[in-house]
This record gives sequence, structure tokens and C-alpha cells, in this order.
Amino acid sequence: MPNWSTLRDDFPALHQQVNGKPLVYLDNAATTQRPRAVIDALSHFYERDNANVHRGLHALSMRATDAYEGARARVAQFLNAAASEEIIFTRGTTESINLVAASWGSAHLKAGDVILLTEMEHHSNLVPWQLIAQRTGAKLRYLPVTGDEGLLDLAQLDRVLTPEVKVFAFTHISNSLGTINPVAELCARAKKIGAITVIDGAQSIGHLPVDVRALGCDFYAFSGHKMGAVTGIGALYGRRALLDAMPPYQGGGGMISSVDFFESRWKPSPERFEAGTPNFGDAVTLTAACDYLDALGRDRIARHDSELGRLAYEKLSVLPGIRLLGPKTGPRGGLVSFAFADVHAHDIVTFADEDGIALRGGHHCNQPLMRKLGLTGTTRASFYVYNTPEEIDVLVASLRRILKFFSGS
Amino acid sequence: MSDLTDLYQQVILDHNRRPRNRGKLPSANRVAHGDNPTCGDQCDVYLRVDGDRIAEISFDGSGCAISQASASLMTTRLKGKTAAEAEKLYAEFHDIVTTGKEPEEISDVGAFAGVHAFPARIKCATLGWHAALNALKGDPAPATTESHTD
Repeated sequence: MPNWSTLRDDFPALHQQVNGKPLVYLDNAATTQRPRAVIDALSHFYERDNANVHRGLHALSMRATDAYEGARARVAQFLNAAASEEIIFTRGTTESINLVAASWGSAHLKAGDVILLTEMEHHSNLVPWQLIAQRTGAKLRYLPVTGDEGLLDLAQLDRVLTPEVKVFAFTHISNSLGTINPVAELCARAKKIGAITVIDGAQSIGHLPVDVRALGCDFYAFSGHKMGAVTGIGALYGRRALLDAMPPYQGGGGMISSVDFFESRWKPSPERFEAGTPNFGDAVTLTAACDYLDALGRDRIARHDSELGRLAYEKLSVLPGIRLLGPKTGPRGGLVSFAFADVHAHDIVTFADEDGIALRGGHHCNQPLMRKLGLTGTTRASFYVYNTPEEIDVLVASLRRILKFFSGS
Repeated sequence: MSDLTDLYQQVILDHNRRPRNRGKLPSANRVAHGDNPTCGDQCDVYLRVDGDRIAEISFDGSGCAISQASASLMTTRLKGKTAAEAEKLYAEFHDIVTTGKEPEEISDVGAFAGVHAFPARIKCATLGWHAALNALKGDPAPATTESHTD
């Protein structure tokens, strides 16, 4: 059982030197490290239970099916979905959103309809909607962001959330600002005008307790690798009534009830949306990751990550010339994003790496937002359960040295 | 940080802090845009070509110190050169940033030899050069370092 005092021991990758310095891993918004329990779950599956799932009548196939469907039930419980059938396994957040946009969108969107997004969306919750807008004639519209503080401009919501809006898609936590959006309120407002809601949960799944029924969303998309599970697996939660009325996303084996030469009939969700051999090997790591996070306590994880985000914001704010993004007060996710006028983010990331610190620099797949803020990119430090206040001090010291180097003093 | 001080030499820091020939060139008769989608680095190169020679050259853009300093230094190298001479200077520069060898004659471009130890940064150093060569050829397609092996 993991506990907070020893949890760094659970993550093998943390215990290494980079450029002769202890690794300070602050790139968790891109991907988290995996606990030993997840790595073991993956090995255990391939060493003992590996066989293709469904229709299998032999022992290994039955075990693999149990592990795969067990992961679905575990994820449903983790999100407080009403039923396992509401969980569709995908490659991750991006594929989950593409699935909703392509499948729900092709069945329901037409010219004159509006897809409402926010200005802080990651490209993965933006480009899929552009694609379906082009195919259906629907138009895109944006809820604005209030400058560097990075809040959704809720005063504008009535103006943009009009009856033409058929779908409202927004991120739970911004990957470049750290803003935690009032998603339950946004869902309730959308519901009033009959629009469906899609939450990009990439940055919230591993950091906050997520209860899809309490949030009141129609869809919630996430990636396993941002919550300690492995890459290549994620899921889409969808309300069952909506899923059962949606056409398939891809065609192939596993998703049909019968096939004729000229037409086929589909199984209900989730099989309808999982054509081909699914990624059962990686799905089992979701079970291990859910167990691990629940044992740590998701409320406590939320407090821990948010406090590190807040602390980093405060400690960085004294650096000369720093421009900090995201909320100054109020709820903040476990990340902080910043820029300097004279030192480019990629130079900072290169120098911080020399101190063993893993950061990310660039546009963070938020090009339209960066352009609006007049930035070409930022440097981002993002935290997870194993990060400590001392690591923030290492970051601040490193940044001081970098600023000194580039100022030539 | 010995490798890093090799990478970020004084010449590079100086060109990054005080870029030469930066900004639009009103009299330009050739222009090309270069970008590096992974980094988000951008570089526009403006040329006024007179006969076979680059009479004037400037650049504008945003990016890391390596990309900005390289574009700045490039403008000082290419002014007054013919297309053939520019190609030759690029070949020499490419050799320096990919192998770390020193230039044949003592020159500021030698400062970029440290780049070869950081393969991910080679495309930063060559971005401006790609745009300049495209502008010389009158190639309307944006130069993108993604489609080059360097």
C-alpha cells in the first residue's frame, strides 16, 4: 500500500542522476512517471495472462478478458460513471475527443449549428472540432480568456452560449495556465440550452477527484499516462443514452452484431466504438493506477498538487522580469507557466536540464492562446504526487543562475 | 556547465542580445518564411537581390538564442554575396554545426561548433539559413526544418 512518507520509493525513474545532479522531474503535465505497481501490472499481464480478449474460450483468453473488462469497471468506478458500458477505451484524450467529434458530430451537427470552445483549449480539443466543422458546415465560437490571469470570462457566457450551440467542449484544468475551470457550472449552463458538454480531462484525471455525474457532463476524455498508467491507453466516458444513439467511429472486428456483404449491424457501447483488437495489455495498468491514486487519496493529491502550484507561483514571482501566467488567487492546478522577455523558453529548458531539472518550453499545444497573449511560448513546471517544496527551491536557484548568465552580469 | 558554455558562446549571446539586421527590409524583392513547428521558432528573411548579388538582407522572427543569433550572424555573412557563394557558406556552416569542426578561416561562425553536441538544436541553428536560401531561389514554399534531415 502506498503512503505519502515513502511514495518517492514507488517510482523507480525518479532515482537517477541527470548531468550529475539528482533528477528533479517537473514535466508531469506532459506525462507522469509510473509507480512500480503499474510497471509490475504490465509485466504480470504479459508474463501470465496474455491472450486476445473476447470470444476466447481458453483459460488465458478468459483471464485477459477479465483483466480488460475489470479495467473498464475500475475506470467506471474511478469516475463514478453509472455503468461500465459508459467507458470506451481509446489511445488517450486526443482519440477520445476525436471519437466524440467525428461520431456524435457527424450524426448531429449541420450548417447553422455552433460548436462552442474556449480560448484555452489544447490543440487536441480544438483541431478535431475544426475538422468536423468543415465537414458539417457548423461554426466554431470561443468563450474568451481574461489575459495573463487565464480565467474564463464568464461574464461573456450568456453572449456566446446561445441556442445555436449544440456542443460545448472545454478543458477541466488548463495545461498552460494551471486554471481550474468551474466545469460543473459550465455543464449546468449548457444543459439549460440543450447543448451537450465534453470535458477535456487530460490534466484533471490524475490530480482531482472526478465524479462525472456530479459534474453533469455528457462526455469526459482522459489519458492513462497522465495519471501514472502507461502511454497508449485512455478512455472516453459518455452518457449511455448518447453513446447508444451514436454511429461507429471505426469499423472492424469486435464492434458488429452481424455483417452482411453490403451492410452490418452494430453492437451497443462500448464494443461499437472499439473496432479491432483492443489495447488490453495497457488497459490493465489503468486498474493499477486507479488503485494507487485511490490509496493515496484523491482529495489529498488535489491539495498537494495545488499547494505546490501555488508555492511555485509565489517563489517564482520574485525573479526579475518574470511574467507569470494563470490565476493569481483562487483554485490553481499543480503547474506554473512563465516567460521572460529576454530569455527564450528553450534556452531555459536546456540550461535547467544541466541542473537535472526536467521542464517543458514552447507553446504547449496552445498556439492560439499564446498568440492572443502575445507570447511565442512559455516555460512550464508541472507537479505530481512525488514532487516536494525543496524541488521548487532547486528550480528557483537554477533560474537565477540562468538569468544571470543571459544578462551577461 | 562546460558543454553549455561551448554551446552558448559569447558571440552567440552577443548576437542574441543585439541582433544585427533585424526587422523588415522595405526594399526587399525576395522574402521567405522559415519555421520549426516542433519548437514554434519562426524566421522571415528579406533580401534585396541586385543582379546576382545580395545587396541587402535582414531577418525577423522569434526563437531560442541559438536560432536568433544564427540568423543574425548569417545576415552579416551573406551581405554582398552571390547565390553560389551563399550556398558555399551554408555548406561550411552546416559542416560546423553537424561535426563541430572549426571553420577554415578564423570567423565568428566557429562559435556555432558547440551546437554539434546538441543534435536537437542543429535545426535551430540552420533555420535562418534555410529561409535565406529559399528566398534566393525564389521558392514560395516556407522553409521548414522538419522536412530536412538536419
